[in-house]
Amino acid sequence: MIPELGHFALILALVVALVQGTLPLVGAAKGDDRLMALGSTAALTQALLVLIAFAALTQAYVTSDFSVVNVVANSHSAKPLVYKITGVWGNHEGSMLLWALILALFGAAVAIFGANLPDTLRARVLAIQALIGTGFLAFLLFTSNPFERLSPAPPDGNGLNPLLQDPGLAFHPPLLYLGYVGFSVTYAFAIAALLEGRVDPAWARWVRPWTLAAWCFLTLGIALGSWWAYYILGWGGFWFWDPVENASLMPWLAGTALLHSAIVVEKRDALKSWTVLLAILAFSLSLLGTFLVRSGVLTSVHAFAQDPARGLYILGFLIAVTGGGLALYAWRAPKLSPGGLFQPVSREGALILNNLLLCTLAVTVLLGTLYPLFLDLLTGNKVSVGPPFFNATFVPLCAPLFAALCVGPFLGWKRAELWPALTQLRLAFFVSVAAAVVAAAVVDSRSTLAAVAFGFGVWLIVGSIVEFASRIRLARVPWPESLRRLRATPRAAIGMTIAHGALGFVVLGSVATGAWHLEVIETLKPGEKTHIAGYDVTLQRVENVQGPNYVAERATLAVTTGGRPFTTLQPERRLFVVQRRQIAETAIQTNLLRDLYATLGEGDPNTGWVIRLYLNPLAPWIWLGAALCALGGFVSLSDRRLRIGAPTRFRARTAGPGMTGGTRGPRSA
Amino acid sequence: MTRRLLFLLPLASLALMAGFFAWSLMAGRDPAAIGSVMVGRPAPRLDLRALRDGDKPLTDALLRSGKPVIVNFFASWCTPCLAEHPLFTRLAQRDGAVIVGIAWKNKPEEARAWLAKLGDPYLYAGLDFDGKTGLDWGLSGVPETYLIDGTGIVRYHFRGPVTEKDVTDVIIPFLKAKQ
Repeated sequence: MIPELGHFALILALVVALVQGTLPLVGAAKGDDRLMALGSTAALTQALLVLIAFAALTQAYVTSDFSVVNVVANSHSAKPLVYKITGVWGNHEGSMLLWALILALFGAAVAIFGANLPDTLRARVLAIQALIGTGFLAFLLFTSNPFERLSPAPPDGNGLNPLLQDPGLAFHPPLLYLGYVGFSVTYAFAIAALLEGRVDPAWARWVRPWTLAAWCFLTLGIALGSWWAYYILGWGGFWFWDPVENASLMPWLAGTALLHSAIVVEKRDALKSWTVLLAILAFSLSLLGTFLVRSGVLTSVHAFAQDPARGLYILGFLIAVTGGGLALYAWRAPKLSPGGLFQPVSREGALILNNLLLCTLAVTVLLGTLYPLFLDLLTGNKVSVGPPFFNATFVPLCAPLFAALCVGPFLGWKRAELWPALTQLRLAFFVSVAAAVVAAAVVDSRSTLAAVAFGFGVWLIVGSIVEFASRIRLARVPWPESLRRLRATPRAAIGMTIAHGALGFVVLGSVATGAWHLEVIETLKPGEKTHIAGYDVTLQRVENVQGPNYVAERATLAVTTGGRPFTTLQPERRLFVVQRRQIAETAIQTNLLRDLYATLGEGDPNTGWVIRLYLNPLAPWIWLGAALCALGGFVSLSDRRLRIGAPTRFRARTAGPGMTGGTRGPRSA
Repeated sequence: MTRRLLFLLPLASLALMAGFFAWSLMAGRDPAAIGSVMVGRPAPRLDLRALRDGDKPLTDALLRSGKPVIVNFFASWCTPCLAEHPLFTRLAQRDGAVIVGIAWKNKPEEARAWLAKLGDPYLYAGLDFDGKTGLDWGLSGVPETYLIDGTGIVRYHFRGPVTEKDVTDVIIPFLKAKQ
């Protein structure tokens, strides 16, 4: 009964989305207030209905209702409750439902927080949101119905993919989707702006919080995914340039560029059509990622069950959304007022450089990801593009980006002098050069490149601190004055400093782990010993343990240093009985400066077990840095000036250039 | 006008990409398929003792007889081999294919018992007990199957079990073309 209710709610949601996607558009074009007002009501109703559907599916999972095909295929009664719940989105149908839910919730959020938007803009944004929602709901109902029944019901289910039975991955998809789907709002704002024919600073101010929110969630989602790959795949690495990872990185890069270019629109009323394009692309790249993961055109360790029919549907949807958006862009964007010329040395010049580099990075990732597909189709050659390509292209492109990152905030708007900015950064420069030299001389003289990259990490951190110190004029004015300046500093500026500095930590962690990790692989019998970087590691025993839905071999490794006991590591190899799948469970001891990382491989008492040990210097900084980066975003989001309800100067602004089409209807202040 | 074209560029790139995606989906290609370096080269050395008692040893001459030959690596302990076995039986009986079977890392008595139970489609059967021949042939596991033309050149290499579709789309046309 409850699954049917969920199914019915989903059908109703589709109908509501259709209404929300059409009538407010008509209302906005005709200046009909009642039709426009329908958008908000419909958005809230749609969110409620999809929430009911999601709750119904969750209920089926929690109670292990094996008359639902989806539950049978992806759950098992012996599974812990938390994984029964996360199992809801650990499969194709459920994850699409989660996607539709987040989309509907974002729509409702626009309806709730967008009270101060001009009526026509709000109506159009909500309608575009709903059109996207229509696509997803129809996709669910027609190709991927999560509520399909099965008769007779089997006694038990097949269980969730063991890889997903892990706290890191369980909460990775919701965060990632909050990011992906969050960009649907910026997309909707971009399309609405093209329909309205106006992009102005007020528009940029409305878009920015949504971009920022999506960006923060995406940052956290990517970090969580990378952390998961680090500790579950057992290879000691944290980023593999896998197509699915790349799929999440591309919208992040586009979103980061958008975040910065929107500032230029807001402050200088320039770079408009570019910003609109980025807003369209950020969401399009999110959809592209979904397509790549689910259609089966590329292989990946993360691949979902693949089905060409679904692939064609998502492709059609991708073409409709992206193609529609870009066609509208090609038609309307040339009529947006161009923003005048910039001085290359100025804040906006620096932001444009940032955009150029970020977009080049995104294109690099896109080409690297799709090249194997293109080549295979054109010539039949199979190649795999992996770390060597990205190390040779992506990494060098980061150098100018990072170099400019610290200089930009020192440049004023409109026109600035480079030299004064650079002299203020001389401390950061000397510290980072010293760090690179020390790294090359002391840590590892073989890899000059790693030492240089390490220096860049230090540059980002020190440069951000110097920038903040100069903002509050620390040590230049009496400290009560600095304190007063600190309190007066807008949250957006504090957020920027945090996010920029945090990037430095990510760089330091990545470089140190990637270039300077130590690795030992030994076959050990109980009682035998190996060592890594000053630690003696003894395999004490390997025992069988019984988990709730798996059996495991667990090794106990005693770690001593200088003869004294240091810690005990217990890596496991779990066999999930229902799926006959083995998963390595690494053991990691961290002191926040380095990870001691152990995995248990194949083996038996006669020949011994394969034990892999890694010492990953600064590895925790990668994820701490990413979390700090997102925190910077949230701090910036809490800035009073960014509140969506904050008074705007919209009314005072002159209208954009004359355009046919969309009315510039009445707007409320 | 150039400015207008510039604004069309994103749309054009999308069209190009979407075209590739659609092509890829329609072509029904398998992205997981691994190419083989063996294709287009002379078949590697073959010098094996026979699996069945009383047979002559297997040599390179078998592969350069002027007739196309199918070389199939199998093992009695391999489940996918069981799945493809009936297809080889049919190829041998109905289509008269010359099939060389090589038992890979398999005890001879177990391999013989397996063939006795399921039927023996192999005109020649060899034993690669230590897997050295498999190494020469670039084997990554069993089953793997090679199609070799009359001059001894490898034309196709299947990793994993051969399917019904492979038989009708590739193997039968290959055998017909060379006869």
